[in-house]
Amino acid sequence: MSTHTLSVLVENKPGVLARVASLFSRRGFNIDSLAVGPTEHDDISRMTIVVSVEELPLEQVTKQLNKLVNVLKIVELDTVQSVQRELMLIKVRTDADSRSHVLELVNLFRARCVDVAPDAVTIEVTGTLDKLEAFVRVLEPYGIKELVQSGMVAIGRGARSITDRSLRALDRTA
Amino acid sequence: MTEEMTGAQALVRALEHVGVDTVFGIPGGAILPAYDPLYDSTKVRHVLVRHEQGAGHAAEGYAQATGKVGVCMATSGPGATNLVTAIADAYMDSVPIVAITGQVATPMIGTDAFQEADISGITMPITKHNFLVTDVADIPRTIAEAFHIASTGRPGPVLVDIAKDALQKATTFSWPPVMQLPGYRPVTRPHSKQIREAARLIAESRRPVLYVGGGVHKAKAAPELLRLAELTGIPVVTTLMARGTFPDSHRQHMGMPGMHGSVSAVGALQRSDLLIALGTRFDDRVTGELSSFAPNAKVIHADIDPAEISKNRHADVPIVGDCREVITDLIAAIEHEHAEGRKGDYDEWWTLLDGYRTTYPRGYEEFADGSLAPQYVMERISAIVGPDAYYASGVGQHQMWAAQFIGYEKPGTFINSGGAGTMGFAVPAAMGAKMGSPESVVWAIDGDGCFQMTNQELATCAIEGVPIKVAVINNGNLGMVRQWQTLFYNQRYSNTDLQTVRRIPDFVKLAEAYGCVGLRCERPEDVDATIRKAMEINDVPVVIDFVVHQDAMVWPMVAAGTSNDDIKYARDMAPKWEIED
Repeated sequence: MSTHTLSVLVENKPGVLARVASLFSRRGFNIDSLAVGPTEHDDISRMTIVVSVEELPLEQVTKQLNKLVNVLKIVELDTVQSVQRELMLIKVRTDADSRSHVLELVNLFRARCVDVAPDAVTIEVTGTLDKLEAFVRVLEPYGIKELVQSGMVAIGRGARSITDRSLRALDRTA
Repeated sequence: MTEEMTGAQALVRALEHVGVDTVFGIPGGAILPAYDPLYDSTKVRHVLVRHEQGAGHAAEGYAQATGKVGVCMATSGPGATNLVTAIADAYMDSVPIVAITGQVATPMIGTDAFQEADISGITMPITKHNFLVTDVADIPRTIAEAFHIASTGRPGPVLVDIAKDALQKATTFSWPPVMQLPGYRPVTRPHSKQIREAARLIAESRRPVLYVGGGVHKAKAAPELLRLAELTGIPVVTTLMARGTFPDSHRQHMGMPGMHGSVSAVGALQRSDLLIALGTRFDDRVTGELSSFAPNAKVIHADIDPAEISKNRHADVPIVGDCREVITDLIAAIEHEHAEGRKGDYDEWWTLLDGYRTTYPRGYEEFADGSLAPQYVMERISAIVGPDAYYASGVGQHQMWAAQFIGYEKPGTFINSGGAGTMGFAVPAAMGAKMGSPESVVWAIDGDGCFQMTNQELATCAIEGVPIKVAVINNGNLGMVRQWQTLFYNQRYSNTDLQTVRRIPDFVKLAEAYGCVGLRCERPEDVDATIRKAMEINDVPVVIDFVVHQDAMVWPMVAAGTSNDDIKYARDMAPKWEIED
């Protein structure tokens, strides 16, 4: 199985996330990661969906998604031709002795410390999944108390935008 | 032009504007505001059914007989959930219907209010699209969008759930509204490159088959199909959903493919080198075991729904488009091939296929005790009633016999539940068809099991003046399930005996109780007279209790999950494919 990243532009309307998510489950496809948020246009939301499927089922997923009336556009983002990021917040056990070691790792990974308590620090880190996994591994010996991770967001490299044409379609019906 | 009115009035006005003349439904609390202005409408006739499932199937029957969008209406909660089976049925068979449901008032939504059900959530996987309307201003636009979505592209059911307070509030009505569907753009024009490629493959093929599905009639492309078939001389098979789309009497018609298809149709697909699949979806009931389906065939697959293409079987030439446009373009491209001297030669193919036809003709077993064979009943109904009538069937053995033994000459005249296999479809669907086409004769071909699921709509038929004919093929059993028990479960008849031979219920008395005429027929020699008598009664519905032998089976049969090559034309009787090769 290979991993694919789909950028899905949808109308910003109630229930659209449920339509997309339930389509995946009833057609038997597992979502590895899902992130939804606004775009530069108020009427459009963007979902970044990571799925592990073969080429043919992926074609079926895309076609089924395209049939949803609220879906405007689907683009598969190539890993090389796009930038992918996930955000993680990690609460690590620290004391006076270990804190400086942990902060050194934070610097090495270009992460940020966002909260400090006497016996813990909370760290914000962004990056690809590989980088985040590597960061977690080096922090594990200190004791990870809590971890939360966003879905992946991704955007194509270069000057082209995938929203331009969808915006024109929206303008026509407005 | 704008006008002040309530949301309910706006709903009724919008329905009038989109051309609705018939609505099937039952009122209740949340939809009640809509029923008040509906009472005054001179354009929309509301038919009060006895169960919401009946409203849904009636809307389907109406849609299939008229080509228009069928409409059903129900209240919130159980009213709406009773529509679910019919909506699922319409989704599987791509029938354009719009279901309008009342919802509890907006402030009550999500509070487990009385008669509250999340019907838009429930129907999400079984509708082409659905709407929850909470703002009165959205009502006209949503109705316009719902009818547009239901009737264009691949047709299907659309549900519009309207909160009670939205129906009650005042609004400014204007028509036409501006639809806001930026993500809905069905492709109807086929790609010319693919058409040329298809024409080239057709000219090169030696054993082509036109594999025709329900999409061809939905595209109103039966005349174009006839031209294509006669231009090329290619054999045609019509699936359960396409019966009548190509005339049964035409010499190029090979019959119905699939689990209970003819040997000639199944054989043609299996031996083919090119399937020209039009508006069809390679359903498991047609393909049997997918890996051994038409193993040597290339596939040209044309469908208006891109998701159907290469879903089950890889398409060598995928064509996305409306079947009428596809076939029209194909005809032009093939004429061009012919003009260039490239014309397929199918003489050897026809020799083989004619061999299948003569060696394995349609047939059935008659019973020595003189009891009635259900297939004989079908043959006689077909002969006496003729191809101008509509036939609506339920699901099971009687449905297969109706598909096999009634001769269909006109597109859309066989109305049945194919994909979903919904028992109880026949009576309400026949009612809807008759209301959509009052001048036509409409027969429901039903089983005794199916009939007991929805016969309450006979009351609707009797009161509303809808004189349908119902042939109950009464074998006292859930016959198709019993057939599987006979073949695959060592004749252990677990819970399939309905004991209707004991006349519980007595279908003749039941018909009479509903204000219909009830007739009974138990002997072959009485069949013609009984059918003729039913044909003479045109003021009230007629129900005929055809008491048939319980051991009659549907043949041919491809057992579920096995290869089409292993079709049996009678028990333990397999055709010999190779002798003709």
